[in-house]
Amino acid sequence: MKVPVSWLKEYVDVDISLDDLAHRLTMGGNEVEEIERTGWIDNVVVGHVKAVAHHPDADRLRLVTVDHGNGEAEVVCGAPNVAEGQKIAYASIGAVLNDAYADEPGKTKKLKRSKIRGVVSDGMVCSVLELGIGDDHSGILVLDDDAVIGTPIGEVLGESVLDIELTPNRPDCLGVVGLARDVSAITGNPLKNPNIEFEATGPDVNSLVSVEIAEPDLCLRYTASVIQAVKIGPSPQWLQDRLKSIGERPINNLVDITNFVMFELGQPLHAFDYDKVTDHRIIVRRAARGELLTTLDNKERNLNIEMLVIADPEKSIGLAGVMGGANSEISDETTTVILESATFNGVNNRKTARSLELASQATLRFEKSLRTGLSEVGLRRATKLIQEIAGGVVASGIIDVYPSKGQEQERVRLDRAHIVRVLGVEFEDSRIESTLWNLGFDLKSDSDGWDVSIPYWRPDISITEDIIEEIARIVGYDNIPTTTLSGRPPQWQPQPDMDLRNRVTDALVQSGMQETISYAATTSEGEARVELTSETASALKLRNPITADYAVMRRTLREAIIETVARNSRTWRGPIAMFEAGRVFLDYGDGLPEERQMVAGAFAGPRNELHWDESTDASDFYDAKGAVESALADIGIEPTFEVGEDATFAAGRTAIIKVKAANDAVIGVVGEVSGEVFAKFDPEADKASMFELDLAAILKILTNSNNDDKFQEFVRLPASHRDLSLIVDTCVTAGQIIDIAKRNRIVTTATVFDLFEGKGVAEGKKAVAVRLVYQSPNKTLSGDQIGKIETQIMKQMSKELGAELRAQ
Amino acid sequence: MPLPNDQGVQAIQTGESVEELKAAAVASLDSADSIELLESWRVGFMGRKGRLTALLRGLGSLDIEERKIAGASANKLRSELELLFEERVNQSKSSEALVGSIDISLPGRRPSLGGLHPSTQMIREITQAFNEMGFQTIEGPEVELEKYNFDMLNIPADHPARDQWDTIWVDDDTHNDILLRTHTSPMQARTMEANDPPIRVVVPGKCYRYESTDATHEWHFNQVEGLAVDEGITFADLKGTLYEFARRIFGPHRKVRFRCDFFPFVEPGVDMSIDWNGKWIEILGAGMVHPKVLENAGYDSTKYTGFAFGMGPERISMLRNEITDIRHFFSNDLRFLTQF
Repeated sequence: MKVPVSWLKEYVDVDISLDDLAHRLTMGGNEVEEIERTGWIDNVVVGHVKAVAHHPDADRLRLVTVDHGNGEAEVVCGAPNVAEGQKIAYASIGAVLNDAYADEPGKTKKLKRSKIRGVVSDGMVCSVLELGIGDDHSGILVLDDDAVIGTPIGEVLGESVLDIELTPNRPDCLGVVGLARDVSAITGNPLKNPNIEFEATGPDVNSLVSVEIAEPDLCLRYTASVIQAVKIGPSPQWLQDRLKSIGERPINNLVDITNFVMFELGQPLHAFDYDKVTDHRIIVRRAARGELLTTLDNKERNLNIEMLVIADPEKSIGLAGVMGGANSEISDETTTVILESATFNGVNNRKTARSLELASQATLRFEKSLRTGLSEVGLRRATKLIQEIAGGVVASGIIDVYPSKGQEQERVRLDRAHIVRVLGVEFEDSRIESTLWNLGFDLKSDSDGWDVSIPYWRPDISITEDIIEEIARIVGYDNIPTTTLSGRPPQWQPQPDMDLRNRVTDALVQSGMQETISYAATTSEGEARVELTSETASALKLRNPITADYAVMRRTLREAIIETVARNSRTWRGPIAMFEAGRVFLDYGDGLPEERQMVAGAFAGPRNELHWDESTDASDFYDAKGAVESALADIGIEPTFEVGEDATFAAGRTAIIKVKAANDAVIGVVGEVSGEVFAKFDPEADKASMFELDLAAILKILTNSNNDDKFQEFVRLPASHRDLSLIVDTCVTAGQIIDIAKRNRIVTTATVFDLFEGKGVAEGKKAVAVRLVYQSPNKTLSGDQIGKIETQIMKQMSKELGAELRAQ
Repeated sequence: MPLPNDQGVQAIQTGESVEELKAAAVASLDSADSIELLESWRVGFMGRKGRLTALLRGLGSLDIEERKIAGASANKLRSELELLFEERVNQSKSSEALVGSIDISLPGRRPSLGGLHPSTQMIREITQAFNEMGFQTIEGPEVELEKYNFDMLNIPADHPARDQWDTIWVDDDTHNDILLRTHTSPMQARTMEANDPPIRVVVPGKCYRYESTDATHEWHFNQVEGLAVDEGITFADLKGTLYEFARRIFGPHRKVRFRCDFFPFVEPGVDMSIDWNGKWIEILGAGMVHPKVLENAGYDSTKYTGFAFGMGPERISMLRNEITDIRHFFSNDLRFLTQF
């Protein structure tokens, strides 16, 4: 909301600087985002002409001594009207002024210290043209005598507009008077309420018009006055200027007055042409089904029964509290006016405006559930202005149909102890009282505190805490002390799912992967690219997605991580090793979806950064598997990898990750992304490897087991290692070899450390080198003993796997 | 290593003059081109059984005048040789280094460094600050019931206060009153509903808004919520706790201000801003938990008070890391992610 400071000053004196005012309004809850200044020129202030002397070398020039509040300056001036004692606009060196001698208008020039006919001029006395507020350059601008020396010229000549970001709880500040009340409380200067007194000399209003409320829940109060013999015409200049200053277009005096009062007090009003209201009877009712109404903007509106209309016995003449009807509009021919000032139900008003997509200034206020007291004040103020501006005779009395009378909360209890309980600080009674008085609250004090009456302009006040905030915000949050929490901290509660995710995340980061976070929504088509199994639960659809690209919540992390890796492969030449730990959303119909914690990671591009001593091979299956292995090792899960199938992955290059100790529960999958799937993501890398871990499944296993690492006394007897160099069929797996080796309990570890196929190895065979470590828990093994075991193992391998020792 | 040239043996010969010894020592020192040879030279000439020592011992047979003169010149020779020796050792050490040296300018074998997403980093930093003040980190659902996201937080349906949260709703053909949470605040209601006071929690997590995106707005972002409820918690505690938080995240000398703001689920409401290069930047919204919110969760609002706060980790990260576009956070571009 834009509030011109000159308008604000109509209701309260502002004796602090605008910057200070803006700061204090902001601290008190009305954030001043900007002070827009027009006519503001830096380095130009009000000056006082102390003396005028002739220039020694030029007849038409004078030497003027100016007191500018910060010292005196001698200025050479050519204006004929300069005279001792004047208040003038003094520009000091550096001011940027309109250039009076430029070829084109509007050019500016920075004022420099210069010699004029041999005398140094220390600044300038300005003309209207130079100040950019008019065309006259025949002489200097002479200011009012009461202008204060040294005041920035903008504060005298310009307008400053506070651009305020209002909070939705303060509809009173949608009127300048509401904001003035805050200023009054901040400065302690009294509020000057607008005049609402008028002379009513016409006939009894009840003899002219009648009002009936058919929907007392939707129209809480309806006040109206009638003014006869008005003269419709343009508004006086001051009124037009006021409206223009906040960006409103003046229309005619009647409409302008209703608008002005809305922006002044926050009460929307509407004026009907009396002669266009059939029977001069107003009925506030719901619209009929399919009823049509052409509103003031000349649009035909199709109404429904939820909407409240103002009607006469024949037709609706306005959409209540939203916009008037064209059929009863004030025109130049209007002579008698019905002025409406009502209070409508905020929720209903908002719904109507929303469903018609008709955001009006009236709705902006009514939707905030105004108090009924405001309507009468608004009516009286507007009636007074109509009489003053449009002339006419005001009917005696006002219409006041008030079905909700007595139903509004009127008082709030404020105990001293309650203030201390909430704020943690005690204020003096006088400070509390003056703050609330200045904000317009009425107080009745007793031994424990006060009964506070709620002012008619503050619908946001209903509980003690509301009043406490009023005190705190005006006293200033800065003036409330700072303490630390002193009570006992609550009991710790286990958060196993979060802890698990964090731990896996950290393990993956430690293994060199970059964490990612992607949008949790996608499209069904996008997700279909990764060939999810048909068993996956359905996707949660969004009613109003931000764009069609995010129409459903994701059911998998696979799409996002493949997309991420593919996209990065187009711009990143180093290794790509990325993962996401996040939720997928599985919809089972009723209620909230399952939010399942998953982790997916993928590798593409070279395995290593380019390095003088590292391979430049592309990353592959084993990078993904290694990441899984180390992450699972970190959380104490021993996985088994089984050959498996999964449509996202390449056949023959996929392993299902299971946990033997948990009845072979499946916890994830690792493999090379199928070429067909990967190609859909437009990658620049040849291939990608990926893993997916189901954290919910892992958590279940962890919860059912005690997974603290248990210390085992280590064997202090020496271990020996021997290497076996085997020739086996290519289809024999390392896992098979190691399984056989480890059947013997003396073999503590068995590690494949070399693989070879090709020259020197027969077709269809491969060479596998395995290192076996032998260690007995209770004796030192002799070479012979080891040799025997080795022979046994070798026999078994040859029997089960057809393995032979490689000829040395 | 055996000494290749056992000069000590020669030293036994008697009658060697100081000059002869000097010439021999200097020549032999010149040809010693490794630390080992230098050492054997030292032993051979200057050691306990070395030639110089032997020469000095041999002086005993001379008469007193001769002995004085020869003694003085022999001692002079000793200091000369010591100096020469030291010089040669230094020379030799530096040249020796070159012989077996490696190119230390080549990069080391560096384990590849992974990284946490900048949002995760910031969330952890924020939650840790509160953890150390007794707040436990918890999480909650991202797809939420309208009841927790709005109603229980004193944001009734069709109320203008809801305009502060443009909402993405779940398709209502299949679900009623379900939405993507617009803030982490529903966890206030959930936490109080499920636990008795005292409560001190921080809740990080994703939130969603129906909001068009630009450099400073995302429809998908993280928040960190906080809630403390107990008997005797005051606005002063709110200030103290958040002030301490700000010191940790923005440094001890950063100016912090608390001003009045409005959120329907707190009263009084607070905006905490920090001075960032002369401009006040809002960091978090906060306030004393609204009595209605306490009561909606079944708490006695005449007995308990509390404060709540919420902030955007991406916004804080944008400030501290000078990130100019919030959309970078979820683009997952390594050129962005690897900078943090």
